[in-house]
Amino acid sequence: MHIVECVDINKTYHQGKVEVLALKGVSLAFEKGSFVALAGPSGSGKTTLLNIIGGLDLADSGRVVVDGNAFDKMNRSQRADLRLNKVGFVFQSYNLIPVLSALENVEFVMLLQGLPPAERRKRAKDILDEVGLEDMYDRRPAELSGGQQQRVAVARAIVSNPSIVLADEPTANLDSSTGKGLLEIMKQMNEKKNVTFIFSTHDNMVMDYADRVIYLRDGMVADDRVKR
Amino acid sequence: MYLQMAWRNIWRNPRRTIIILLAIIIGVWNMIFLGALTRGMEAGMIKNGISTLTGNIQIHHKDYRTDPVVENSMADPGAMEAAIERILPRGARWAGRVRVNAIASNARNSSGVTLVGIDPEREAQVSFIGQAVEQGRYLMPKDMYGIVVGKTLLDKFGTKIGHKLVLMSQDMDREISSRAFRIVGVYRAEMAATEKEFVFVTLPAAQQMLKIDKGISEISIILPDQQDNRRTASALKDEFFDDTYEINTWRELLPILNAYLKLSDGFMLIWYLVVFIAMGFGIVNTTLMAVFERMREFGLLKALGMKPWWIIREVLLESVLLLLMGMAIGNILSFLSISALSGSGIDLSSLAAGAEYVGISRILYPAIYVRDVVIANLVVFVLGLVVSTYPAAKAGRFTPVEALAHT
Repeated sequence: MHIVECVDINKTYHQGKVEVLALKGVSLAFEKGSFVALAGPSGSGKTTLLNIIGGLDLADSGRVVVDGNAFDKMNRSQRADLRLNKVGFVFQSYNLIPVLSALENVEFVMLLQGLPPAERRKRAKDILDEVGLEDMYDRRPAELSGGQQQRVAVARAIVSNPSIVLADEPTANLDSSTGKGLLEIMKQMNEKKNVTFIFSTHDNMVMDYADRVIYLRDGMVADDRVKR
Repeated sequence: MYLQMAWRNIWRNPRRTIIILLAIIIGVWNMIFLGALTRGMEAGMIKNGISTLTGNIQIHHKDYRTDPVVENSMADPGAMEAAIERILPRGARWAGRVRVNAIASNARNSSGVTLVGIDPEREAQVSFIGQAVEQGRYLMPKDMYGIVVGKTLLDKFGTKIGHKLVLMSQDMDREISSRAFRIVGVYRAEMAATEKEFVFVTLPAAQQMLKIDKGISEISIILPDQQDNRRTASALKDEFFDDTYEINTWRELLPILNAYLKLSDGFMLIWYLVVFIAMGFGIVNTTLMAVFERMREFGLLKALGMKPWWIIREVLLESVLLLLMGMAIGNILSFLSISALSGSGIDLSSLAAGAEYVGISRILYPAIYVRDVVIANLVVFVLGLVVSTYPAAKAGRFTPVEALAHT
C-alpha cells in the first residue's frame, strides 16, 4: 500500500493577470519508508507539490491521499488535524519557534496533540539525543547554528511518529558538511523508524542520499528513478 | 507552555510592549483616579447638601415646601416624634427645627436670612452647625436670646460677638414679630452662601417669637447608611398615610444635585469610552504590527497543525497578559495617587468662589468605590480583548502557504 498517492494534480497560481501553471497532471505514488528526492530547477513545482502533499495548499484538481486520507475532501480544521498527526515538516529556513528552546520546540507538536507533559518531555529528550543535541535542550534557536536548528526541526518532524516527513530544501542554507550531517540523520531516522521522507532539492549530493529521485520540470514529472 | 510562549512573545519587542503597557496603565489610572476625584466631588456635594440642614430624610407639613410660612408648621409633632423613634434604624439621628424666612438687621444693615430654631443638642448630631462654631460659643438649650451667625453675614453687617441683631418675621397671627438677639457665636461653613443665609437661635426662642407653641417646621433625619433612605422614608410614609405630612429623601429635596449626580454617571461612562478609544487604537495598531511581523511564524504554526482558532487564542492570550499587567500597574498607581491625596485632598480655595454655587467643597478628597474600579477594569479588559480580536483573527486567517512565503 502506498503511504502517499497523487493522482493527476493540477495547480495554477494567479499573479495579477498572469497565470502560472505550477503543476500539470502530476501523478505519483510513494512507498512507506521510502526516502525520496524531488529534484528540479527553481520554478519546476517541487515546493508546490510538497505543499499539496502536506495539505498546506490545495490542488485545483486531482487527488492527494496521505495514509488513506484524502485532503481534497477535508475542511481547514481537518487538514490541520491531519498535518498534526500524519505529516512532519522541515523547511528551508525559519523552521523553529524563536521563543521556545530546542526541547520546547520538539515538545510543541506533542503539546498540540494533547500528550501529557511527562511523556512529551521524555520523547523530546530521546529524539534530541538521537539527533546529537543532548547538550542543547535549553538553547533557543538564536543560540543554535543553522545545522543544529535543522536537526531540531528534523527531531520535531519525527517525534510524533508521522506517516511522512516533508522537507523543502532542508540543506539549502547549510554548508556541505553540515548538510551532509543532516542528511545522514534524516536517513538514519528513515531507516530506524521507517518514516517516509520526501524532500525537495537541486543539490546532487542530496540526491545521492535518496533511494528514489523524481525530476520535475515545468510542473510535470520529467523523470522518476528508483536507485536501489 | 501556551502561557509561557505568550509571555515570551510579548517581550520579544520590549519597546513596543512598554508602549502598549503605558497606554493601558495611563488609561486605567486615568479612569480610576479621575473617577475617584469626580466621586469625591460628588460625595462632598452630597455631604454639604445633607449636612447643610437637609439630612437624609425630611418631614414637613404637606404644604410647607410649596409655601414655607409659619402657618404650615407641624403644630403637634409629638406623635410623629414618637413614631420616628420607633421606626428609625439603630444609629439614626433626628432633630426638629423651626425654619422660616426672616429679616436680620442691625443699626447699619439689613438682610434677608433664614431663621432656624434648633434644639442645640439634637441639632449638633444632625447638621454641620454643632461643629461649625469657630468664634464665641454654640447655643445653650435654654438660650432665649442668643444667636449664632455665619462669618460672612457677620462681616457683611460689620458686627461682632456680643452685639445685637434683630430678627423680624411673620408670626402665627400673621403679625410682624421681632426680637433682638445677642450674637454668641460665629460659624464657618463649606460655602459662603450658607454663612450668609442661615442664623441659628434655640427652638423655644423661635417658637416663642413666632407664637407657634410646640410647632416645628421640619424634622431632619440622618441615617447611618444612605441606602436606607428609601426604605426608611417608605416606612415613615406607611405610618403617616393620612397626607398630613410630606416625607422626602434628600434626592427629592435637592433635585439639582440629584440630576447632577445622574449626569455625572453618564459623563464618567463617556469619559471611560473616550479614554478607551484612544487606548484601543494603540492596542490594535501595535498588536497588528506584531502580528504582521510574525506572519511566517504563524505560517509555521499552521503547518505544524495549529488550527486557526488556536492561533487566535494564542494572540488573544498575549493581549490578556498585556491587559492584566497594564491593569495591575494602573490600579496600583491609582491607589497610590488616591492614597497620597486622601489625607490633604486638593485645595480648591482659588476656585471656591465659583465652585460653592454648585455645592463643591473647598477641599476635594478623592473617593474610591469598588463599583467604579470594577467598571474601569472591565471596560479596559473586555473592550481590550474585543479590539485585540481583529489582529488575532487576522493572524488566524493567514493560509500557511502565504504566511510562509511572506518575507
